[in-house]
Amino acid sequence: MAMHGMRGLSVFISDIRNCQNKEQERLRVDKELGNVRTRFKNEKGLTPYEKKKYVWKMLYIYMLGYDVDFGHMEAVSLISAPKYPEKQVGYIVTSCLLNENHDFLRVAINSVRNDIIGRNETFQCLALTMVGNIGGREFAESLAPDVQKLLLSSSCRPLVRKKAALCLLRLFRKNPDVVNVDGWADRMAQLLDERDLGVLTSSMSLLVALVSNNHEAYWTCLPKCVKILERLARNQDVPQEYTYYGIPSPWLQVKTMRALQYFPSIEDPNTRRTLFEVLQRILMGTDVVKNVNKNNASHAVLFEALALVMHLDAEKEMMSQCVALLGKFVAVREPNIRYLGLENMTRMLMVTDVQEVIKRHQVQIIASLKDPDISIRRRALDLLYGMCDVTNAKDIVEELLQYLSSADFAMREELSLKAAILAEKFAPDLSWYVDVILQLIDKAGDFISDDIWFRVVQFVINNDDLQPYAAAKVKEYLHKPAVHETMVKVSAYILGEYSHLLARRPGCSPKEIFSILHEKLPTVSTTTIPILLSAYAKILMHTQPPDQELQNQIWAIFTKYESCIDAEIQQRAVEYFALSRKGAALMDILAEMPKFPERQSSLIKKAEDAEVDTAEQSAIKLRAQQQTSNALVVTDQRPANGAPPPVPVGQLSLVKVPSMITTEDNGTLSKVDPQPPSADLLGDLLGPLAIEGPPGATVPSEHNAVSGLEGAAEAVDGSAIVPVEVETNTVKPIGNIAERFHALCLKDSGVLYEDPYIQIGIKAEWRAHHGRLVLFLGNKNTAPLISVQALILPPGHLKMELSLVPETIPPRAQVQCPLEVVNLRPSRDVAVLDYSYKFGANMVNVKLRLPATLNKFLQPIPVSAEEFFPQWRSLSGPPLKLQEVVRGVRPMPLSEMANLLNSFRLMISPGLDPNPNNLVVCTTFYSENTHAILCLVRIETDPADRTQLRMTLASGDPTLTFELKEFIKEQLVSIPMVPRAPAAAPPAPPAAQLTPQIPANDPAALLAGLL
Amino acid sequence: MIHFVLLISRQGKVRLTKWYSPYSQKERTKVIRELSGVILTRGPKLCNFVEWRGFKVVYKRYASLYFCMCIDQDDNELEILEIIHHYVEILDRYFGSVCELDLIFNFHKAYYILDELLIAGELQESSKKTVARLIAAQDSLVETAKEQASSISNIIAQATK
Repeated sequence: MAMHGMRGLSVFISDIRNCQNKEQERLRVDKELGNVRTRFKNEKGLTPYEKKKYVWKMLYIYMLGYDVDFGHMEAVSLISAPKYPEKQVGYIVTSCLLNENHDFLRVAINSVRNDIIGRNETFQCLALTMVGNIGGREFAESLAPDVQKLLLSSSCRPLVRKKAALCLLRLFRKNPDVVNVDGWADRMAQLLDERDLGVLTSSMSLLVALVSNNHEAYWTCLPKCVKILERLARNQDVPQEYTYYGIPSPWLQVKTMRALQYFPSIEDPNTRRTLFEVLQRILMGTDVVKNVNKNNASHAVLFEALALVMHLDAEKEMMSQCVALLGKFVAVREPNIRYLGLENMTRMLMVTDVQEVIKRHQVQIIASLKDPDISIRRRALDLLYGMCDVTNAKDIVEELLQYLSSADFAMREELSLKAAILAEKFAPDLSWYVDVILQLIDKAGDFISDDIWFRVVQFVINNDDLQPYAAAKVKEYLHKPAVHETMVKVSAYILGEYSHLLARRPGCSPKEIFSILHEKLPTVSTTTIPILLSAYAKILMHTQPPDQELQNQIWAIFTKYESCIDAEIQQRAVEYFALSRKGAALMDILAEMPKFPERQSSLIKKAEDAEVDTAEQSAIKLRAQQQTSNALVVTDQRPANGAPPPVPVGQLSLVKVPSMITTEDNGTLSKVDPQPPSADLLGDLLGPLAIEGPPGATVPSEHNAVSGLEGAAEAVDGSAIVPVEVETNTVKPIGNIAERFHALCLKDSGVLYEDPYIQIGIKAEWRAHHGRLVLFLGNKNTAPLISVQALILPPGHLKMELSLVPETIPPRAQVQCPLEVVNLRPSRDVAVLDYSYKFGANMVNVKLRLPATLNKFLQPIPVSAEEFFPQWRSLSGPPLKLQEVVRGVRPMPLSEMANLLNSFRLMISPGLDPNPNNLVVCTTFYSENTHAILCLVRIETDPADRTQLRMTLASGDPTLTFELKEFIKEQLVSIPMVPRAPAAAPPAPPAAQLTPQIPANDPAALLAGLL
Repeated sequence: MIHFVLLISRQGKVRLTKWYSPYSQKERTKVIRELSGVILTRGPKLCNFVEWRGFKVVYKRYASLYFCMCIDQDDNELEILEIIHHYVEILDRYFGSVCELDLIFNFHKAYYILDELLIAGELQESSKKTVARLIAAQDSLVETAKEQASSISNIIAQATK
């Protein structure tokens, strides 16, 4: 049916439909575009009707996917036409063809404003609709007050006001800084009394946007929302036309519950009770019905109610109702409900005390992993990942492994990463962990990043019992016909170190091991060859009695590579050849790699940052307690009080603790063993990059000084520094230490740590490269805290001086300890406060990251375009200018990203980049060595894919550029992504010992870099 | 919020596009191509949600047409699914058992109706009756203007005879 249609348009559409192929269609379109173009050129002869017709044709052609690069002006000009039909077409085509960034829109602002403030209601509607759909900054600047007026006007009809509400929502959402909503709380509350449900629905959307920005201002709206919900849920006073399949406006119900989720809690007991009654009614009263639409609508409401219940952290009884419902959902056939059941169950994992109930559905969830629908499989994978703990890890990981062979390519990377993380976190025994990782490499080698195989090597090195097992295992894999290169790397490393442990087994003579490894050499790339060479050197060393033939063979290989073009290979070949002639001396130099300091896996660390999940945390804790640990321990021999002026390097002894740290179930630790303060605290300290052995660090404390030790063996990891012979009790910290730290990275005062006895607050002032922090140590009890000690473990780039800390903090007293900080050079490393005190018989020791982070030494600076571009151009190419495509970015709106960066003192300079999807940052970095350096950053986001962006950084200092890039990246990335190792060179154990000055060859350094 | 609305035929022809977030022309083409590839290949008995580039696309097939809406990850999927159905019902009421051909030849109508339903990617009106009334009022405005225009042109034509 063509209603008052345009004949010319219909004919054109028919023509297009009759085209036999794409080519014909193109010809017809080109002809029409030519026609339209000539008609537009000679605009005078055009009647409004014709103009309208051509503009519609343009839109149609545009919709077919052709570029329409002219005629935008004509569409925009129709907006100012005096008559409704032309105006309508002008508005609608403009809002389809253009987006908020088009310059043409500027031309229309005046006409649009005239329509909005004019008396013609239909014109107002057209204008509000367009601004609501594509309005940008300039519209917000010039129209927001008028739109606000319309929304509140009592003389306007609902059809105008509901459009005004959403128009305002758009303007506010896009430019919260431009739209002034001060004092809007009362007006919003008033709007919520609206009788017209159309206006109310739109107003509720507006409220959601406002409370998501600032919930505190709108608390008066909370009881009104509850009232609306009650009215809808009881179906009181809802006009028939606003019910949808018998359900009173499900959309308004959903929106209202969404708004409520932005309020942290509901204080008023009456409101709370009413709300819970409504929620209870929704939870219990929603049945599965035959009608699809009714079913969807009622479940839309139900799922929103579930989300609200979770948010409000309802009583246990209600929670278990929710879990029961979800349990039902994950088992139904209807795919939408099953999908949402899985999704919401994953969210439910955040709630305490329901994990056990969720585990009961494990079989069902695993079945969903094999669903024909990839959307459902993804949800199942996420849920399994989230619910995994020590008790079910074996089952879940084995399912994932099995699924890996048949999984879509799109999912394999995620799947293998998740399996690797779970295997590490929850391995019941280490041989199982080795099995899992080797299977992963075997099945999905392409998706296994370096840090996964580094980690398995690290475990094998640190656990003597595991070594022969791992060696035998990798040897089995090498016999397979096609072996992934990563498998060759792992095998070469492990067989080089430990194949001699197998020597008595059949088929494991040095010669045989050598030949199966050497078979792979022609198939591998230059990054693997150095590892093979190291393995050969080690095999040769372990061959007792010496085997002349094998030696000749290996020497021949070394000789061959002596002239290799790859410097790394060449160096190793030359060195090993020379070394292997030294006979007995070889034994010392090529000795087995020392144990790694125990540290948290980079994978797990990233995963934890991504999901703060109590269930997992507890599981990690459990795991950490079960794990054998060969930590390096620094003995603290002279427990002193306070920290006198800096003394270069105190005495230090490295003690290898071979014993296991055994923990009894209740968490108390056997007294003989040195042990970490608590798994939780330790985990927190092992924060990103926190504590690597800083080269040449001067530590301003006379005891417990960490000298700058570098190299594989001695890289003292601050996290591994554990006071010996101290009886420590696990005192639970209050609040999340990591969160507190992150918050303090953004602001300058707040609480750093709190437990039942003490609260440590911090207040900081930063000026250029200087910082002055004051630590506030508050005793919360009525008994004194004694033996108080505070030490600073600064990273190499910070000079820190802590003033005297009193030995005793009297009851209920607070002491202040100033701490001076000087930033020497750019680095992301973080200083650590090692703090201990005694309360009664309990010794408490805590290590806390201090928020003296890179961003504190930044000073935002406004830069004009004239200054910016010459600077930007003059810093060309690495190492001063670096570019990186970052994936796995936490999806967030651009404005949120801008706020985040601003809060790190990375000031966004608007207007420098014409593309509104890009952010340009100008800031100055201060350090003693570099003085003030201008840093310029450009972030290009992809509006179609918020999970990735491209970052370009430039500054006058290569280290700064790199450190800043990594720093920003850490703030933006959230999901456990697998970064490629920064240096392509593989770990080379013997070479590392030979040439400790090349950290790129040092696996410890590489691993540390990944942490 | 809804970032965009797409109507795609089973053959991959685009019948309507509406963008509430700013996408350049190039990005729009890319999005359409990518999503057609994902959605048109999905089997019949699967769920109505597709995860895509950090977003979710809720879609539903009606006869030969796929109605798709792209939303944020934490939005309520079923609510959007029923907005789609709500839209289809309104189209159906307006055209009288709507089919793809109606939407091809009267694509501008589909846009008018959508504008009465959604603004800024949010639902504006949940009453079918109200939307129908507003669209009818618009139609009559256009008709009146047309009649006036023809009567004026008649007058002019006669006057200049």
